[in-house]
Amino acid sequence: MSDMLTLRGVHTHIGRYHILHGVDFTVPEGQTTMLLGRNGAGKTTTLRTIMGLSPPSAGEIDFAGASIGGWATPDIAMRGVGYVPETMAVFSDLTVKENLVLAARSGPFDPTRLEWIFGFFPPLKKFWLSRAGSLSGGQKQMLSIARAIVEPRRLLLIDEPTKGLAPAIVMALIECLAEIKRSGATILLVEQNFRVAEAIGDTVAVMDNGAIVHRGAMAALSGDGALQERLLGLSLEAHQ
Amino acid sequence: MTDATAGGEALPKPPLDIVPLLLPVILALAMIPLIGSASTWVTLTVASLAMGMMIFIMASGLTLVFGLMDVLNFGHGAFIAVGAYVATLILLPMAAWVQADSLWQNLAAVTPAVLLAMAVTGALGLVFERVLIRPVYGQHLKQILITMGGLIVAEQGLYALWGPQIIPLPLPAALRGSFIFGDIAIAKYRLLAMLVGLTVFVVTMLVLNRTRLGLLIRAGVENREMVEALGYRIRRLFLGVFMAGSALAGLGGVMWSLYREQVHASIGNELMILVFIVVIIGGLGSVTGCFIGAVLVAMVANYGGFLLPKLALISDILLMVAILMWRPRGLYAVTNR
Ligand SMILES: Nc1ncnc2c1ncn2[C@@H]1O[C@H](COP(=O)(O)OP(=O)(O)O)[C@@H](O)[C@H]1O
Ligand SMILES: [Mg+2]
Repeated sequence: MSDMLTLRGVHTHIGRYHILHGVDFTVPEGQTTMLLGRNGAGKTTTLRTIMGLSPPSAGEIDFAGASIGGWATPDIAMRGVGYVPETMAVFSDLTVKENLVLAARSGPFDPTRLEWIFGFFPPLKKFWLSRAGSLSGGQKQMLSIARAIVEPRRLLLIDEPTKGLAPAIVMALIECLAEIKRSGATILLVEQNFRVAEAIGDTVAVMDNGAIVHRGAMAALSGDGALQERLLGLSLEAHQ
Repeated sequence: MTDATAGGEALPKPPLDIVPLLLPVILALAMIPLIGSASTWVTLTVASLAMGMMIFIMASGLTLVFGLMDVLNFGHGAFIAVGAYVATLILLPMAAWVQADSLWQNLAAVTPAVLLAMAVTGALGLVFERVLIRPVYGQHLKQILITMGGLIVAEQGLYALWGPQIIPLPLPAALRGSFIFGDIAIAKYRLLAMLVGLTVFVVTMLVLNRTRLGLLIRAGVENREMVEALGYRIRRLFLGVFMAGSALAGLGGVMWSLYREQVHASIGNELMILVFIVVIIGGLGSVTGCFIGAVLVAMVANYGGFLLPKLALISDILLMVAILMWRPRGLYAVTNR
């Protein structure tokens, strides 16, 4: 199995702040890699750096056989990355349909794929012609994820999809992510909720202070309470 | 809509925000008793609508440039002035056709003049964006300084090429005079200006709402980064909008000069203040807001100039202050900035 994405010694500065201090990890093809770590560890910045939104100041990023560090965001997206930002960033002035029209770059919707998405995100079908701004938080998250998967992408970057959502919606979202995973997608998923991480993660990278402090199989971390406590501390207690 | 809420079948529709749309209507109606004479009121109202549409044409591109790229372009007035001067290159040599009594001969002179003006200002927009604006993305202070500098250079360039004197630009014969209804006279050119402005508005709205390009522009106004993260090169989109906006400013400059029947390099400066007020009142990035704002500004200028001539200079500033106190981000807030 090959690696879809590899970061080697990636540093990122935002303005005069040095945020990422040499990030190293890989995302194997066809697997779900969890990126964990407490608030402010640098997870969002890592995804933004991969996406070219906060470009790296040093290090290498290899994606699908190309060295994309320094590429412009649209070129990175065109190479096959779907991005679900922490803020969801749905276009609230546009309808659900129009949001997806823009996301489907290569032309008209694939009807089978659209039905597949409607299958686990029924509200999107129901509110197809409603303004995205009028959706609830959970529905906006569904739309944001749908935008990333409306066409097949080589890699999905998903940033804290369950943040701020009611428990029932979180459960539904986990199901959807699991379904997307079963379809063969390669996912890099940032998640604070350890239960979610356990449920769908294959491999895991843990960040702290802008660097990776642990890498390994999700199952190994799952079964090692002391390691969890050491790496994730507070954020683990919060969910038990 | 009562059945829709039962069982949570549909989301409550966000109420259509029509209050801003009603403002010009309310303002116009409120003026009837103050002005007294019906024919004066009609004349002032038609003048307001005509002036409003011309300002809208000049401002529409600027509001999208603001909204899309967060660029403060104080040089937009240069396109207005350049458009007017370029049109004289055709209109003056063809004066005989412009003054001929045939509508067709008039059009044969005015149409190429307008097209040339728009082509030159559109191309100038390309140069302006590449040379002046591209290096200062995201830096507001530098944008203000460099685009103001651009305006001054353009203005001086016009003086150098054409000299400082005012160039008379008579209206084509077919557009002079008025349609008379009883004791009410409606100037033909004002009617034409309204028609052109409305056309620009409708076409812009159709493009923004019915085409993929328009969706991208609206999405970009709201969240530039996400549009790029979906794989679209927003710089290219922005350049296109910038050029279209520049060409429209050029069109507005020709129309305004014909309205005033004269061309002078200072019109860029003169109209920029009104154009900025309109863009701010409307809400940065909102074409509908810009449209309503332009009509309001023109109404305040015309009614105000008639009723309270002493306040004419500050009336539009007062309008802006009043609207921003009511809605701090303008009539329609579309950007998150
Ligand atoms: N635009 C920015 N300017 C300055 N500091 C930032 C900016 N964005 C993030 N940071 C800082 O970088 C660190 C990592 O942030 P982030 O990547 O959002 O963490 P996480 O997603 O893991 O919570 C934090 O300390 C945050 O304060
Ligand atoms: Mg984050």
